[in-house]
Amino acid sequence: MDFNDTPEEAEYRARVRAWLEENAPRGVKGASLGDEDESQMDACKAWQAKKAAAGYAQIRWPKEWGGGGGTTIQGVIFAQEESRMGVQLGGPFAIGLGMCIPTVMATADDETKKRFVGPAVRGEKIWCQLFSEPAGGSDVAAIRTRAVKDESSVDANGDFDWVVNGQKIWTSGAHYADHGIVLVRTDPDAVKHKGLTMFWIDMKAPGIECKTIHQMSGARGFNEVFFTDVRIKDSQRLGALHDGWNVSIITLMNERASVGGGGGARGGGAIKALQVAQKIRDENGEPLSNNSTVRERIAEHYVRAEGLRFTGMRSLTALSQGKTPGPEQSVTKLVQAAGMQDLADFMVDLQDQAGIIRDPTLAVENADFQEMFLGSPGGRIAGGTDEILRNIIAERVLGLPGEIRVDKGVPFKDLPTGR
Amino acid sequence: MNFDFSEEQLALKDEARKFLAAKCPPDRVRKLMDEDSPGFDPELWAQVAEQGWLGAAIPEEHGGLGLGYLELCCISEELGRAVAPLPFASTVYFFAEALLRAGTPEQKAKYLPQVVTGELIGTIASAEQAGAVSAANISAEVSGGKLTGVKLPVTDGVVAHQAVVLAKEGGKPTLYIVDLNGPGVTREAVNTIDRSREAAQVEFKDAPVERLGEVGDGLALFEAINDRAAVLIAFEQVGGSDMCLEMAKEYALERFAFGRAIGGYQAIKHRLADMYAKNVLARGNAYYGAWALNSDAPELPIAAAGARISACDAYWFAAKENVQVHGGMGFTWEIDAHLHYRRSRQLALVAGPARNWKHRLVSMLERRNAA
Repeated sequence: MDFNDTPEEAEYRARVRAWLEENAPRGVKGASLGDEDESQMDACKAWQAKKAAAGYAQIRWPKEWGGGGGTTIQGVIFAQEESRMGVQLGGPFAIGLGMCIPTVMATADDETKKRFVGPAVRGEKIWCQLFSEPAGGSDVAAIRTRAVKDESSVDANGDFDWVVNGQKIWTSGAHYADHGIVLVRTDPDAVKHKGLTMFWIDMKAPGIECKTIHQMSGARGFNEVFFTDVRIKDSQRLGALHDGWNVSIITLMNERASVGGGGGARGGGAIKALQVAQKIRDENGEPLSNNSTVRERIAEHYVRAEGLRFTGMRSLTALSQGKTPGPEQSVTKLVQAAGMQDLADFMVDLQDQAGIIRDPTLAVENADFQEMFLGSPGGRIAGGTDEILRNIIAERVLGLPGEIRVDKGVPFKDLPTGR
Repeated sequence: MNFDFSEEQLALKDEARKFLAAKCPPDRVRKLMDEDSPGFDPELWAQVAEQGWLGAAIPEEHGGLGLGYLELCCISEELGRAVAPLPFASTVYFFAEALLRAGTPEQKAKYLPQVVTGELIGTIASAEQAGAVSAANISAEVSGGKLTGVKLPVTDGVVAHQAVVLAKEGGKPTLYIVDLNGPGVTREAVNTIDRSREAAQVEFKDAPVERLGEVGDGLALFEAINDRAAVLIAFEQVGGSDMCLEMAKEYALERFAFGRAIGGYQAIKHRLADMYAKNVLARGNAYYGAWALNSDAPELPIAAAGARISACDAYWFAAKENVQVHGGMGFTWEIDAHLHYRRSRQLALVAGPARNWKHRLVSMLERRNAA
């Protein structure tokens, strides 16, 4: 048991570190996904292009597709070193490269792949993922957006138009995306999961309208996307007709395959919490860090964050040995998201009445904890709610029974829809 | 990065699991708890000694296997899983570690070989009453090589032959080795919440002692021994937590209510998912402790605190919720859930409660930040 790189890993890390020292942009502040301003977006695109040219974008992808032709562990090492340098500029490309492009690569013909993969890897084109709808968040398959074949549009090659009407929601970055993958209902007479089809789309096509959603944190990173008589060619289909659900599983599997860097700062936010508590005074003028309850809470945050860090290291060990990581990684997002909210609430509380101040020039730690307080509820919902994640652990890791499904075997059009 | 146990270590763990499943089934633990003098299984103790487990981390020069602490952690996890009714922790984690840490070559040569063979059951006697072990709370006094005072509770104090005792000499906390069968020692069993481990009140009246370490080093040594024991106990806790989750899962799959397995209800599923998450965190923290212990790293005190805090949290949650998932059956003597409920508390107290460790951890973080 040790924390050392293998000689090959150490050599790679040294090479990456040297390259980053020379090339990494300094002092560019990242934004939350979808909320980047123009200069931030320019910085993100420039950095992605630079990485791609050096073989550091999509390191584990084959070189012929613009990747680095490396291993998963090399990808992790690069991410660790990039994060150590404080560079956080990959946001706009995360969904495209993490979910959309892998789906395209798994289902599209060579011509389509050639058209899309390289530009996405180089950061020239940005992708978004259009699955969720107002009527279905956790229940992703409850999609109502309809695609109807226009029989009159069939051309000499047998290609034709689908006419799409409906609405998507929570689509991160849709307002600046060039392309998207969209899941639509092509057969409402079939049962819920059977009548869906996946397409790639041009986000600038006529009839697509994006409206950013004003989040409770104040950010506007994701969108409602309205489809009004949008025409999509059948040749844009990803996978078989009515097989969109299985295709979406490819997309979501890729989302979950992204293993964390096993990094993160030691103790997560707990070290910062302790430093803050040392500066704030109680009613007797004593630092709050001397208060028993405060100390116990800080210790709990520290141990939880460390538990996650070491769990990441266990997964990395498996990757490093060429094995598949165990199911332990499935707890990460659940624990992290709830922990973040818990820490934010604790830290705001420590500040007493001043805890309400969100003005960064007046607030403790430039209002980082107030921002965390307002942003953290989203973490427990996006990318799988706490409840869905617990179901996944219970069903897939522990083998407990799935939920009772009253929609099983019922044609989609006959399902009750509620409000 | 190699943050996992080796194939050989995992094979040892697997062997230990099979051995304990055969020799230490829950029925045997429960039966022992029914007896008048509960808490110790001499037959199992002899078998465990024969396996070499008592000397797994004791160097070969003292008769041990000299394997290392990672191997001992593997054994500890299985002992915890089986709720083994043995003075293993008292003898191996506390008594033997105290000697390895502070003993003279003569003391090591005298006691450790007997620990390895199982002839010598050892323990540690620190607390005297409710409250933390501290200089202010120790009344036991050594004068002219004779100890006087009362220690309560002393885990495994009824069956132990030798104890490491924390007492004061001229007001300075110091550790001593005391022969519990020697003159001036009387001991009485006390009833405890975990009848699978016994405990005693031990009274010393001019009992002859052998000093362990220097006068005045008692508390520092006690902390260092606790750090080592905390990691090993964390593995027992992790083993127990995983067992609780398995029991709860099995029961949730076979118990039907309202026409279906109760494991299909989210109230149960989500609780078991939370149990799993806590167990995963506890295992990660315990592994870090194992690494620090095995490599004698300067991070050991922080790693030990993390391992202990996380393991106490996970085992308590798993043990109490395992009872709950079992419903009324979980509250009966015949179902094994209570074995873990008791043991989770016993282990969470024997090296001091998590609360103390949280304070210690933050003190260490403060020092690290200041440095």
